[in-house]
Amino acid sequence: MKIGVLAVQGAFAEHLRVLRGIGVDAVEVRLPADLDGISGLILPGGESTTMRKLIHRWGLHQPILDLAASGAPLFGTCAGMILLAREIAGGEEPVFPLLDVTVERNAFGRQLDSFEADVAVPILGDGPVHGVFIRAPVIERVGPDVDVLARLDDGRVVAVHERNVLATAFHPELAGETRFHRLVATMAAEHDDPGEGSGRRPHPTRRTARPAS
Amino acid sequence: MTVETSTWVTKKGLAQMLKGGVIMDVVTPDQAKIAEDAGAVAVMALERVPSDIRAAGGVARMSDPTMIIGIMEAVSIPVMAKARIGHFVEAQVLEALGVDYIDESEVLTPADEENHIDKHAFKVPFVCGSRNLGEALRRISEGAAMMRTKGEAGTGNIVEAVRHIRTVNAEIRRLQGMREDELFVAAKELHAPLDLVRGVAAEGKLPVVNFVAGGIATPADAALAMQLGAEGVFVGSGIFKSEDPARMANAIVQATTHFDNPKVIAEVSTGLGAAMRGIALEQIPEGERLAVRGW
Repeated sequence: MKIGVLAVQGAFAEHLRVLRGIGVDAVEVRLPADLDGISGLILPGGESTTMRKLIHRWGLHQPILDLAASGAPLFGTCAGMILLAREIAGGEEPVFPLLDVTVERNAFGRQLDSFEADVAVPILGDGPVHGVFIRAPVIERVGPDVDVLARLDDGRVVAVHERNVLATAFHPELAGETRFHRLVATMAAEHDDPGEGSGRRPHPTRRTARPAS
Repeated sequence: MTVETSTWVTKKGLAQMLKGGVIMDVVTPDQAKIAEDAGAVAVMALERVPSDIRAAGGVARMSDPTMIIGIMEAVSIPVMAKARIGHFVEAQVLEALGVDYIDESEVLTPADEENHIDKHAFKVPFVCGSRNLGEALRRISEGAAMMRTKGEAGTGNIVEAVRHIRTVNAEIRRLQGMREDELFVAAKELHAPLDLVRGVAAEGKLPVVNFVAGGIATPADAALAMQLGAEGVFVGSGIFKSEDPARMANAIVQATTHFDNPKVIAEVSTGLGAAMRGIALEQIPEGERLAVRGW
């Protein structure tokens, strides 16, 4: 099982390091051919305006949408979250409209307002995630099928999940945090080999229910 | 929830987000828009690009705040600005304006011939230039959260930048091969703090992001810098002194991403128009070389 990290620009090396650190095979993705054989994709932090151009210029847009449609997990951090949002406040075109949310870019202000804070993420267990927020975006609107994974004390949404797509406004890869990457690896493994009950393909030994006579 | 702003992690973290990207010198809000549209990860706001500073002579200072504010309003990407070496009041002014990074730069005329700015005293992160590992580690010990090579700015000649990135990386490799007891002497020779020297020997890289700057004028120059180990590039005069700045800017962005793919570099280098006119290093008198400023 291999997980790709979009490597057109940004902090992709940090994600590769976390993935390799937990024993996951990880590859850099710059061109469509790099997507061959991967079971999940991470969209790192960086400048979303730059990444958006490079994604379109090198024909990565449709292949990444196809990967998402196949059910493979996608995980975006910071700029990666902006790339995954269906709506961007201010009217910029969305890139991969896979999460039914509205994000606001640079929601906390400029670099002087970048901060660190512990954030509770209940699905990852009791220990909080140390959140590093760098010129971070925030989620302003959450659609009905989106699970909110984390909020700041003031209620603002900073981590979400919808089907096979995860996104955080902060950078677990800068904080020595591995639980998000472990979750993505688990989702990718399930995508590769769905077991009984996954609903994606029938298990060989499972009996189909018969209508009551 | 405890919220901490302007930490070491957020300061060097912004530079980590800029990796693999191109930071472009701009002198007007219009140029900043062109840079952003071409895919720049950040812009450096200054009054004149280095080649014009070189041509004009005289004292080069921090830019007029009006121009910096105009550029900050024009683009959504980070905005950097330059302060003179040792001129901590210029840095205070830039911090008050809210710029995202301050470049304590040898391109401007130094304000202090002995001391650099105490960069720990600021909430805004700093980037500084270096020609070798010792210089880089001294700047980091003063609080720089990002480094770049000095190169020789405003020449369109990459020879000095190549020398500087090769020197820094060769010195790092040398430290990696040393015994623990040899690092004491190495630190002394480098005129750098022992704990930073130990960290570099263990990690095999600087503790902050390191870009190449000074003399990049073509997509191939940017890719050369990246193949030599740069984590991203600054382009000063190379863009807005070329024949078609928007195309040149875009081509340098593409070549920085695909630095190890010669087919892509060939494709983006085709039909770009003339690059900036360069200056051979031998044509610049010793006294007018910018890289020797700072120590």
